[in-house]
Amino acid sequence: MKRTSLLLLAAWLTAVVATGCALFIGEVMGMAPCVLCWYQRIAMFPLALVLGMAFYSDDRRGAVYALPLAIAGAAVAGYHSLLAAGLVPRAWVPCAVGVSCADQKLDFFYGIELPWLSLTAFIVIAVSLCLYLRKTAK
Amino acid sequence: MIHRKYIIALVLGVALAAFGVGASLYQSRVHSKQEQQASEQSERLVRMHSPVIGPREAPVTIVEFFDPACETCRAFYPVVKDLMKQYPTRVRLVIRYAPFHQGSGEVVKLLESARRQDKYLLVLESLLAAQPQWADHGSPNLALAYSAAEQAGLDMARARADMASPTLEAMLQQDVQDLTALKVDKTPTFFVNGRPLPSFGAKQLAELVAQEVSKAGK
Repeated sequence: MKRTSLLLLAAWLTAVVATGCALFIGEVMGMAPCVLCWYQRIAMFPLALVLGMAFYSDDRRGAVYALPLAIAGAAVAGYHSLLAAGLVPRAWVPCAVGVSCADQKLDFFYGIELPWLSLTAFIVIAVSLCLYLRKTAK
Repeated sequence: MIHRKYIIALVLGVALAAFGVGASLYQSRVHSKQEQQASEQSERLVRMHSPVIGPREAPVTIVEFFDPACETCRAFYPVVKDLMKQYPTRVRLVIRYAPFHQGSGEVVKLLESARRQDKYLLVLESLLAAQPQWADHGSPNLALAYSAAEQAGLDMARARADMASPTLEAMLQQDVQDLTALKVDKTPTFFVNGRPLPSFGAKQLAELVAQEVSKAGK
């Protein structure tokens, strides 16, 4: 296996862990996802599948197709993180009905906000994919 | 290529195992927490005002947190009824109200007014039978609930007067306080002699009731 493939593997692993955590929090712990969380899920869940296939067949194009998802997810997660940190006025919050997007805390993560974890995952994936694409460029 | 296959199988296997183990650990933690809470605050499970179905002195008490507009409560009604039939002298059912849906509070009061006219089960069954018509979650049509109660033989003039009484409102408030304290957030939630179900399901309920009945028999 080429060393560059490790980057693809790292991106895929991150997506699998993030997807697993999102499903655990939603389905096992019964915490309803807010609107912004849904958009992040929409970006993350396909990454867990697409990157798995890309790694399996060592297909560079898989990374090409996955990168926009990772960047879009990072954008939503970035906005969500700012919101959770109180750096964006609450008036912009798009979820008036249902679950609040601004306060979603999990106590067993010791006060770390979920959007921060999501943002970290998307950034790790995006950076790994960028490096992979650069190293495999012909 | 074979190399990658193993890595992928390993990753998926570990992820699934971690999810499964984590889920069962989490559920058992929640379960024991709820069990502890229920035993510490057992007065919150059964109140003087709560409707009791079956023999009052029965050794086994099923407490059901119930919402008249909840489909799963409707689906569980025959299940609970069968259990009562199976142990006619040993099991009683205590109904607590969990008005989670819009309009549920009013239907609870309607039920309680039926209790004052000794038509509780008749009206309850009629309301549950008609539930798909009146209990649309977005816009419940309470007029249909009233007519279902009327068809079951409820004296509506008396019922409306009873429903306005502050006693019913106080009772409803007490039930909501208790369910909040017991962290009941879904309906139906069952406690059998204070023990929560290990996981939700008709089979689990039947097993727990059977356990408690055989315990009480000794």
